[in-house]
Formats: sequence, C-alpha cells, structure tokens
Amino acid sequence: MTEQIDKALAREYEAGFVSDVESETFEPGLNEDVIRRISGMKGEPEWMLEWRLGAFREWLEMEEPDWALVDYPKIDFQSISYYSAPKSMKDKPKSLDEVDPELLRTYEKLGIPLIEQQMLAGVAVDAVFDSVSVVTTFREKLEEAGVIFCPISEAVHKYPDLVKKYIGSVVPKKDNYYAALNCAVFTDGSFVYIPKGTRCPMELSTYFRINEQNTGQFERTLIVADEGSHVSYLEGCTAPQRDENQLHAAVVELVAMDNAEIKYSTVQNWYPGDENGKGGIYNFVTKRGICHTNAKISWTQVETGSSVTWKYPSCILKGDNSVGEFYSVALTRGRQQADTGTKMIHLGKNTKSTIISKGISAGRSNNSYRGLVRMNPGAEGARNFTQCDSLLIGDQCGAHTFPYVESRNPSAIVEHEATTSKVSDEQMFLCRQRGLDPEKAVSMIVNGFCKEVFKELPMEFAVEAGKLLEISLEGSVG
Amino acid sequence: MSNTNSLLTIKDLHASVEEKQIIKGLDLDIKPGEVHAIMGPNGAGKSTLGYVLSGRDGYSVESGSVTLDGEDLLEMETEERARAGLFLAFQYPVEIPGVSNLEFLKASVDAQREARGEEAISSADFLKEAKAACKQVNLPVAFLKRGVNEGFSGGEKKRNELMQMLLLKPKLCILDETDSGLDIDALQVVAEGVNSQRSADRSFIVVTHYQRLLDYIKPDFVHVLSDGKIVKSGDASLALELEAQGYSWLQKEPSEDELEG
Ligand SMILES: Nc1ncnc2c1ncn2[C@@H]1O[C@H](COP(=O)(O)OP(=O)(O)OP(=O)(O)O)[C@@H](O)[C@H]1O
Ligand SMILES: [Mg+2]
Repeated sequence: MTEQIDKALAREYEAGFVSDVESETFEPGLNEDVIRRISGMKGEPEWMLEWRLGAFREWLEMEEPDWALVDYPKIDFQSISYYSAPKSMKDKPKSLDEVDPELLRTYEKLGIPLIEQQMLAGVAVDAVFDSVSVVTTFREKLEEAGVIFCPISEAVHKYPDLVKKYIGSVVPKKDNYYAALNCAVFTDGSFVYIPKGTRCPMELSTYFRINEQNTGQFERTLIVADEGSHVSYLEGCTAPQRDENQLHAAVVELVAMDNAEIKYSTVQNWYPGDENGKGGIYNFVTKRGICHTNAKISWTQVETGSSVTWKYPSCILKGDNSVGEFYSVALTRGRQQADTGTKMIHLGKNTKSTIISKGISAGRSNNSYRGLVRMNPGAEGARNFTQCDSLLIGDQCGAHTFPYVESRNPSAIVEHEATTSKVSDEQMFLCRQRGLDPEKAVSMIVNGFCKEVFKELPMEFAVEAGKLLEISLEGSVG
Repeated sequence: MSNTNSLLTIKDLHASVEEKQIIKGLDLDIKPGEVHAIMGPNGAGKSTLGYVLSGRDGYSVESGSVTLDGEDLLEMETEERARAGLFLAFQYPVEIPGVSNLEFLKASVDAQREARGEEAISSADFLKEAKAACKQVNLPVAFLKRGVNEGFSGGEKKRNELMQMLLLKPKLCILDETDSGLDIDALQVVAEGVNSQRSADRSFIVVTHYQRLLDYIKPDFVHVLSDGKIVKSGDASLALELEAQGYSWLQKEPSEDELEG
C-alpha cells in the first residue's frame, strides 16, 4: 500500500489560483517607519501606533522559538512585505456595488459568494484580502440585534474603548515571538462584540485570503461575548500556489464574560506546498480565550493546509465552573509539518476541559500533538479529559504526542488517553471488496476517524470539512 | 468440461502469499444458480482461495486462469471484481470505527450502481431496503447507525456480512465460515438468508466446517480442499461422510503430484 500512496500524493490544491488585482504593496522590510506607515494607511489614532511600536521594541529583544517539532529555514523578516491592499480598496467602497468585481469573483471561486442573496442563509462573512477587509456582509441585520461585526481596523475608530480595553488582554504583547510581531504589524481581521444576554442571530465568519507575493499576512481577531451572550464564529483561509514560502502570523483573542459562550471553528486550508515541500504557508498562530464565571469557549479546528503549522488554541478557565473545549483534526501529507494542540489553564473552581485531538499523517509528513493541562492551586474539583488519536497512512510519516500535565491541586482530575492506528490493509480490502475505489475508501476511513470532531462543527461546515479531507486525500492511494 | 455457461471457472490455479504457495493447482467450475460447499482442514487454503478470487493485495497468482461470466477475473482490480458481482463474506470481519454501517453500505451500493451506469439510490429508498435487510438477518435497526462492525459480537459481525450481501445482490457469493460462532437460532437465520437469495442467476461458495449448516443450505456439490487442491468432490452426501470420518482418509490418498513425482 505504501508504494501506492507514494505514487499518488500529488493532488491539486483547488484554491491555488492568483487573482489579477492591482495592489499597493509596501517594499519588503521591517522597521519603525514601516509600522508608522501601516498605522498611517489605517488612519489609526496615536494610542494604537504607540501600542504597535511598544510591541515592536519587545519583539526585537525576543528569540524565535525552536521547541516545536518543525523544521524550516530561518525566516528573513526583512525580505517580507508587511502591507498589501488592492488599490480599489483605497477609497473604501461603501457598498458591494463599489467593490472591484475581481475581488468578488475571487471569493465566489472559493465558494464564498459575498452577494447576500447567494450566501449561505444565516452566515455573515467578513472577507479579508491580504491586508484589508474587502466587505462584511449582513451588517445591518446584525446591528439590529446590537451585534458588532466589522473589520478590526474599523473598530479601532468606531469602538476605541472596547478595542483599547480588550486588545492584548488575553494574549499579552510579548506573549511569544510571533504574537509580538503580530502586535507590531497586524493589518486587518475581525472584531466581534455580542452585547449582554444576546444570542447572535447568525453564524459569523471571516475568510482570509493571501493573494500578493512575498507578503505576510498578520491578521488579528478579537471577539468579546458579554455576559450571558452566545456566538458561533468560523474562519476559513486559502492562498495561491507559489514556490516561495509565505508567513502568516495571526493572533486571535476571545473574551467570554460570565455565562457567555463562544464557539470558534477554523477550517484552515492554506497552500501546503508541493509534495517535495516546496512553497506553502508558515502558519504561526496564537489563539487564546479567557472564560469568566460559568462561561464556555469551544475551539474546533480542521487543519489541512500550510507547510508548517504552529498553533495552540487555548483557554484560560479563570471563572468558577467555566468550560474549555478543544476539538482538532490535523491532516498532514507530502512534507507538511504540524505541531498543534492546546493549553487548558484551570484557575477557577470546578472548571472543566475536554481535549479531543485527531492527527492524520500521510506521505512523509510530521504531525505532533502538543498539549498542556495546568491545574492551579485554586482549581478545586477541576477536571480534564484528553484524548489524542493518531492515524497513519503509509509508513514514512510521523505522529507524535507531547502531553504535559501540571497539577498543583490534589482534588483536580486529569485523564489522558492516546491511541495510534493505521489505515489497515484489512480495512482497505473490505472497502474495495464492496466496490469502493481506494480513494473513497481512505477518505471514508479517515472521515470516520474524525467523526467526533466533525460533529462539533456547524452543520454547513461539517460537510465542507469532510469534502476538504476528501480533496486533500485525493490521490493519496493509487 | 465446457464452461460456456459457467459463472465461475477456475483452471489449474496456483497462488501464493508472502512467497508461500498456498493454492496448488485448483480447478472449480460453478454454473449459475449452483451452491458449492467447500470443506477441508484448517490451513488448507479455503480463505486464501476467497482472497485470491477477490483480488486482495499481497496475494499473487502464479499460473492458471479464472473467469467470471466469461471475463478474465484476474485482470480486474479488487473493486472491479466486486462491481462485477463477486462478494466475499469475511471469516473475520474488520471494524471501521466512526463510519456508520448505513453510510458504508450506501457508499458500496452506490459505487456498484455507478459502475453499472445507474444513479445513486435515494437515501430514503436505501434506508427502507437497509431496514428490511436488518430485519431479515435479525439485527436491530440501530446497527445501521453503529460504526462498521465496531464492537459487534462475533455472531453480529457474521449477520452484518450477510446483510451486506442482501443489499449488494451479488452474482457470486463466497461465504467464508459465515456459520462459525453463530448460535443455533442465528445459524438458521443465516441459512434462511442464503436460501432466500438462491436464484437461477446467483451462485454460492459456502466454506464451512460443519455439516450442520448444509442441513439448512442444501448444496449441489461438496468439495474437499486440502493442501491447496480440491481432493474430492461429490454431492451433499459427501458432507455427511466427512462428518463421520474426518479428513484423514482423504489425506492418506496419494496426491497427483506424488504419483507423478
Ligand atoms: N500472510 C500469510 N503469510 C504466510 N502464510 C499465510 C499467510 N496467510 C495465510 N497463510 C497460510 O496459508 C495457509 C492457508 O490459510 P487459510 O487461511 O487459507 O486456511 P483456511 O483453509 O481458511 O483455514 P481455516 O479453516 O482455519 O480458516 C495457512 O497455512 C496459513 O498459515
Ligand atoms: Mg479460513
């Protein structure tokens, strides 16, 4: 079977096209002037610029982390351009009619029509193209419910108090190397505020697209769910197929106030590079949420893209009885490398966390789960359950599990289960004996393996995710 | 032997697994509608024959020929053989965690329909058929929702194999010890399932160790497979003889190789 897998690991990356839009792109390079210019492009207030510059100065003092099980050449941060935006976005189109049709076509091609009539009913989209948000749909409808959903660059102007209060409150500026870099150069992303007691009337989603060459994308998302509110948010991402690596370093912060609930789902499909590991996105992301009393944050991620993934969506369970969840499917093939997992930091009493991680490795890829469960002294009666399952396709790939547990409260309970399995010859034979072709067989077996995670995704996206796996595995058996 | 109207014709088949020859010159001819029982000692190569016929990876044919409906079976991929109407009920059915029985069965049925140029069956129609099949093999309908063979008991797995056969409606069914591990009632259920499927255009190879099953499923022929060859063939009465005397009286007969050598 290995031979068959090897033979066919080449598959098409459907989102690999380049859109022909004229862009205004900064010269490569990173210094305080560049940061001033980014801030200037966005017309930011002084406090925002100062915040960026502060982060930049911290970043200069920091070291790139090397503890993850990933291997890539040193990044030359001076060779990257930190801002690129379609020229047509310069005059800030007021409505969809004013948006460059080529941009709309790009999203349509990706299966995200931005014309509201054609959209999935019940999903509002913020479309971010390189360094700017192109359009945010259904805003009026959301405003009626008091929900704020807009590009973060706009929120800085319109809701400075909210932004000032919460930005950097969950992921401090110097949290880590990439987070600090993001604080200095972030360009766009989404801002969400759900008022007290409000159930957001629709799914919110942001779709990130990298188009321009040699640019990095540094997006920043901030979601604040006020007391007793509820929101479900989804992000998706793709990039053209290019031989050079591109850097994507995002920061996502979630704040769930007392009794609030945030469900955050990601379908990550950045260009993964070719089968020899040429090209692809470096996906270095910091995602963290804080839960106040009785609040709940649930992260669900389906990671199929990127050449290198470094990502640990985490929960700080500060309030008593708060709940954190992490459901993850990470698929690597070709030469992809993923080091992903979560941190559950239990501070409050009776806090609960659940971690379900499904890693699938094919080709010559490397797939690691890295997780930390910390029970602080105050976490009376806290509980964690962790399950890490790895599935291997072929015998040249690697699967690794690094579970760290730090328990400083004897009443806290931590449970960990781990399994490693293979797509077995017997399973393949059974499927084929019933008439299924090998590709369908693998995708069915893999989908079955991921079931526990897929069922956490919003309905529309569960189907998408299943299809994405199917495409990702296309040709992984010959 | 003329095989113009045979469903399956195996001629002088030699096959091996992991460089070890298991099938050593096997001939068999099956006409549409016939039921052939294959008996024989452990390790004789009965399961191997089923794997070789269905084209399992790692099983290689060294010489001989096999045709199904006049087509060269050995030229076809595993899934093509299945779509051509060959079905194997496994001696040890494997689990596929997380893939529901229903999903798996529908995908199988659809793959076979597609190969025949038919449209996928509607979910509603399929559910109806699947429920009926469950009932026929005496499995609760809830089994459709469970993962394929996931946590099924030995007997449930066997009945599940039979359910798949009912839904796929193959031309040639190879049942590899579908009767072993079944309680008396289940044995009857399986036998009835098979009998209900007997028809002029469907043939069976029933591999079994027990005469008991053949009381329910009356075979047209009984063959004894020993050391990779069919060493004796007869009608249903041969099974009775075997039950009484075991295989040793057959194995004592010198084989053709030995006579030649
Ligand atoms: N992968 C393999 N490698 C080596 N030998 C094998 C392999 N698979 C099967 N064999 C051998 O082939 C022979 C035939 O096995 P097979 O399973 O076909 O027997 P069987 O007639 O079905 O026996 P039983 O009645 O016990 O089911 C056995 O000696 C077995 O050990
Ligand atoms: Mg056997």
